[in-house]
Amino acid sequence: MKAKIYVTPKKAVLDPQGKAVANALHSLGYAAVGDVHIGKYMEIELKATDQAAAKKQLDEMCHRILSNPVIEDYRFELEG
Amino acid sequence: MKFGIIQFPGSNCDLDKLWVLQDVLKQEARYLWHKDTDIGDLDCIVVPGGFSYGDYLRTGSIARFSPVMKAVADHAAKGKLVIGICNGFQILCEAGLLPGALLRNRSLQFRCEHTFLRIETTKSPFTNAARAKQIVRVPVAHGEGCYFADEATIAEMKKNDQILFRYVDAEGKVVDTASPNGAVENIAGICNKTRNVCGMMPHPERASEAALGSTDGRVVFESILNHLRGSKA
Repeated sequence: MKAKIYVTPKKAVLDPQGKAVANALHSLGYAAVGDVHIGKYMEIELKATDQAAAKKQLDEMCHRILSNPVIEDYRFELEG
Repeated sequence: MKFGIIQFPGSNCDLDKLWVLQDVLKQEARYLWHKDTDIGDLDCIVVPGGFSYGDYLRTGSIARFSPVMKAVADHAAKGKLVIGICNGFQILCEAGLLPGALLRNRSLQFRCEHTFLRIETTKSPFTNAARAKQIVRVPVAHGEGCYFADEATIAEMKKNDQILFRYVDAEGKVVDTASPNGAVENIAGICNKTRNVCGMMPHPERASEAALGSTDGRVVFESILNHLRGSKA
């Protein structure tokens, strides 16, 4: 199985990278651009067959190390 | 007094701390490897600055699972002293030994410069040798030092007098321009609720000898020594 994990800054947390990129897009003339948020994307290959068990394990991984719950949210998709 | 300074792969302020504790302040100090677990004899654990594990994933996120960190958590749970400086502060937050987290500097720049800090409380093992609201000049060197905690946590910390250091201007005023990183309420250093674990972004060990341009940082180490002498007396 393959997990695709997205980690994003929480709404209340400053995202200076997102702000800088939004400014860059504006200065390139993309006036339609609103807020930009920058997070992380990870792919994890899992030796697992049981979807439910894999999800439980991924939740644990995301909570313990892959994201910091103080400042980040996460979500993931499981393929295969 | 006995100090232990942890070395993670990527730590780089370990020697500075050993020098200040051993050679400047004449204390017993030794390195701890990140795989060590035998730290029971030590009075104070120092988690130094640097770029542990290349800062991969998030600063401090991998170091905090090193075997020595379990021993540090046990040491802290006994009420013994732990101080994390710069990357050490980031590691202690990731480990949940301190509230909040350190984010990318608001300027997106790595900032390496002297800052003025106001010592907000002298009621801690890390600040007891200071005068009330003393202003000290101590350098920072970081790219991810923007302290963040949610409003409820900040309110709780204020209630418990856990904010130890704030970035201020030369007159001691808390202004935005005094902060190198955009931290919430200019917070530069904090302690936990039980006051035995401290984290700070500035480097007091780089301001402990006249040759380095400031001796103001010594007050942190002298406070720790005061506290330890008091608790052993």
